[in-house]
Amino acid sequence: MDSLTALFTDPASYRLLTIVILSIFLGIEVISRVPSVLHTPLMSGANAIHGVVIIGAIIVMGQASTDDYLALALGFLAVVLGTLNVVGGFVVTDRMLEMFAKKSQKSKVKK
Amino acid sequence: MLLPLCYLIGSITFIIGLKMLSHPDSARKGNLVAAFGMTIAILATIFLYHNPDTGEHLHNYGWIFGGLLIGGVVGTMAAKKVQMTAMPEMVSLFNGMGGACAMLISIVEFQGHVVKTSASLTPMNVPDEQSVIQVQRIFGESTGILIVIVLGMIIGSVSFAGSIIAWGKLNGKIKDRSFSAQQVINIGLLSIIAVLTIYLLAAQPANTIVVLFYLILTLSLLYGILFVMPIGGADMPVVISLLNSFTGVAAAFGGFLYNNPVMLTGGILVGSAGTILTILMCKAMNRSLKNVLIGSFGGNKNAG
Repeated sequence: MDSLTALFTDPASYRLLTIVILSIFLGIEVISRVPSVLHTPLMSGANAIHGVVIIGAIIVMGQASTDDYLALALGFLAVVLGTLNVVGGFVVTDRMLEMFAKKSQKSKVKK
Repeated sequence: MLLPLCYLIGSITFIIGLKMLSHPDSARKGNLVAAFGMTIAILATIFLYHNPDTGEHLHNYGWIFGGLLIGGVVGTMAAKKVQMTAMPEMVSLFNGMGGACAMLISIVEFQGHVVKTSASLTPMNVPDEQSVIQVQRIFGESTGILIVIVLGMIIGSVSFAGSIIAWGKLNGKIKDRSFSAQQVINIGLLSIIAVLTIYLLAAQPANTIVVLFYLILTLSLLYGILFVMPIGGADMPVVISLLNSFTGVAAAFGGFLYNNPVMLTGGILVGSAGTILTILMCKAMNRSLKNVLIGSFGGNKNAG
């Protein structure tokens, strides 16, 4: 259990924990007054942002030794899936909001 | 120093992007701001990252760019072609991809650590007491890393399996299925996963750790399926939003694993914003989250 105590006494852990807690409050604060029409685009945008997991996939891929075929194959798959998440996520969100913008323009014209 | 700066820019654009996304006038720009930050963070990782222990830069560039190219082209095509009405299921599918990505990262990292640590161990036939000492050594230096790997794997795979079921339900490929004891089975399954995880992390049994890891992985996938299966189609956006925040947390575990601030902030931001968004969506539909998750079977009577 020495390693576990080390985990709790390590200043680096607390640095990370601070970031985590501040981020939690920030996430709540940032979107707490969103109008309900924007719920789906916001979900989609957040979906694209958590695609940041792609960075982990790139690191895994980039550190796999060239004869470790399991790591290479899984890492490659992870990079493909992560990119799908990021690129697809942002493009879908943009299309949703494009539709949204057109609608609001039309309604403005009608008024 | 350039890499942390790029990560800082990435984190800031995520926050600004989310903020702008929650106002109708700036929403579209907010999406672009976040995408811009993501591009910087990805490019910086590819070209500037080096292992903190060995100082080595990344290699396998062919594989990395190949993966980025395939994912980018397929993702763009899919997102451009999808019908307006089918967008929520597309979001769910992309969310599942993110969860699978987190799951795969955990698997590769787990394998890497097991191989690395067991290579320095002597073969099986050692007396019991001695093997206990070695057991502690297998992950002894890095219990924190093991915790992060296993938790990231569990959340990632629940999110992956759940999102795929949600996607299948929204496009009509999978029908709602619920049977009477479903809630009991789900809670039982979750308890088994929890017990096995605690055992794995506390005991770190040298001989069975690999089997245990993949058993937990399978059960987590199963849980993801069973968890979404009974939930009605109309409640699906709420569930997707919830799974979305799950994947955010899984990404944040990746941030712990690599000590990577942009993964951490991005993941946690989505985790907390996604949770609040889930609650807001429930409110907009006049449902409580509990009703969506538990009241799916005969719960409509009690709703509202």
